[in-house]
Amino acid sequence: MIARVRDGVARHPVLSFFVFFAIFPFLVPYQALATQVLIFGLFALGFNLLYGFTGLLSFGHAAYYGLGAYGTGIALAKLRVGSLWGGLAIGVLAAVVGGAIIGFLCLRRRGIYFAMLTLAFAQLLYFIGFHLADWTGGDDGLRGIPALPIFVPGVGAVRLHTSTAFYYFAFVLVGLAVAALRRILDSPFGAVLQAIRENAERAAACGYNVRRVRWLAFVFSAGFTGLAGALDALRLSVVPIESLYWTTSGQAVIMTLLGGAGTFFGPFVGAGIFLVLEERLSAITESWPLVIGAVFMVFVLFLPKGVWGTLLARLSATPAGK
Amino acid sequence: MADLTLAALAAQVFTGLVLGMILVLLAVGLSLIFGLMTVVNFAHGSLYMLGAYFGFFLLGLTKNFWISLVVAPLLVGVCGLVIERVLVRPLYGRSIDDPLLLTFGLSLVLVEAARMIWGKIGLTLDPPPALAGAVNLGFSAFPLYRLFVIGVTIAVLVALWLFLEKTDVGLIIRAGSRDRLMVRALGVDLGRIWLLVFGIGTALAGLAGILAGPMRGVYAEMGVTIVIESFVVVVVGGMGSLLGAIVAGILIGEVVSLTTYFMPKLAEIMVFVVMAVVLLVRPSGLFGEAGLME
Repeated sequence: MIARVRDGVARHPVLSFFVFFAIFPFLVPYQALATQVLIFGLFALGFNLLYGFTGLLSFGHAAYYGLGAYGTGIALAKLRVGSLWGGLAIGVLAAVVGGAIIGFLCLRRRGIYFAMLTLAFAQLLYFIGFHLADWTGGDDGLRGIPALPIFVPGVGAVRLHTSTAFYYFAFVLVGLAVAALRRILDSPFGAVLQAIRENAERAAACGYNVRRVRWLAFVFSAGFTGLAGALDALRLSVVPIESLYWTTSGQAVIMTLLGGAGTFFGPFVGAGIFLVLEERLSAITESWPLVIGAVFMVFVLFLPKGVWGTLLARLSATPAGK
Repeated sequence: MADLTLAALAAQVFTGLVLGMILVLLAVGLSLIFGLMTVVNFAHGSLYMLGAYFGFFLLGLTKNFWISLVVAPLLVGVCGLVIERVLVRPLYGRSIDDPLLLTFGLSLVLVEAARMIWGKIGLTLDPPPALAGAVNLGFSAFPLYRLFVIGVTIAVLVALWLFLEKTDVGLIIRAGSRDRLMVRALGVDLGRIWLLVFGIGTALAGLAGILAGPMRGVYAEMGVTIVIESFVVVVVGGMGSLLGAIVAGILIGEVVSLTTYFMPKLAEIMVFVVMAVVLLVRPSGLFGEAGLME
């Protein structure tokens, strides 16, 4: 039975995603948590494409998350773009353009420099966001994002005012992103990514333009992350300045490692663990980041594959599938 | 804009030099640790913060600034030894990213622990009466304590240089940064050297913390912004190069100080602009060798 489920999930990951998350809101204590798991899972998924599948550790994914959130927020609240699709597209585009520029600069240095550079550029965007208060709301955050209905071809305008409606709206978009990730990883490009992660020199010797492939992975990763930020802006109808702060980048790192870097569903598992931990701990103690930090250290030391990765390794004698 | 007099400008350059000294102490420690064992210590800013809090604690205990100034960095160095031995050592041989991830978790723990122990409200650290007041430098008056910070940093850097260049242990450290396999083959126990270097690097961060305390205040998050700035210093100077860390530290200190004077809003941003320009023009940093330590 377990083996059949395991093989089914391994063979049809996108279908598994849709089946599981279709009933997910009924499995958790309250629906807001389900929506958060979707959005933060997508955020971690974007990070994981770069870290888990390409081997590049970014400490600056708050930049693309924030660009997505502010892009969508500014489009809807300040530029008065009348369409939710338009707002989302602008947010994702902002993240992709930002990722293309910052990725180009960061990839001039590899290894450990890369992490520091991504962190530094994200901090640059944070300070810019902080000082451009006319556009971003500065320290107060961007407020007044209107809750527009979404226009679906063939159906008409759908209002997203209930949490259930918003959950399934996010469910469809995150599901499409998951399908896109599957498509990317299954393509020859995806194979090259993983080849570079395993051995960049050999991939270069095989004739692949390693820097260009890494740059493309960076841009894709920024795009997924930007969509997560854009969705979160719609969920909260406000963009706090912390979206761009380095702690947000740290969240993606923590969630991905708790779940399992380089695994397909690890980011969602990690997002769930992180959010439940955060909620439970913050009810008990103000110092919950201390516990999260300690748990994270234990994972780095003793469970580097994360919960999902370890589970996969346990379930199969052969190396973990996707 | 403030009135542009030569005296005011000179005072601002001096202020930049003081900030530069703090950045140099942090960047030299980071660079030393990285150069020898390719570990990026994300918790470096937290140890800087601990240095300031230990200083505050010791000052309350002993009422003597000079004792605190010596003992606080040593205590931070001891923390560094424990961190290397217990947490970082199991990660040698694993991915180069793992120590960075681990020390990131550690920095969360340390910042939160400091909040629990010393509270959320910032503390003030008073410079000793002997260093209160200002000196007239001819062009303008300048706080004596800041001159002292410059003096201490220069003395520590000279001592570090002598240690690395003139002692046998320094020779092993330099050799270990070049070719660790060869040093091992010659029968040197590099594990003890790593421990020592981690201790020295973290003690330098602690020293930077207690020196910065009287100027910038003592609070749990004090290490966050400055550790990112010292990452920038390391990138601009070239990782593993001590001279690079010194030159870039002073450069970044001056950039911050002078933009604060002319365009206050751009002060935090200019740091990263300098970094981006260096990356475009000279990717390996001002004093880094291309391809080294990547």
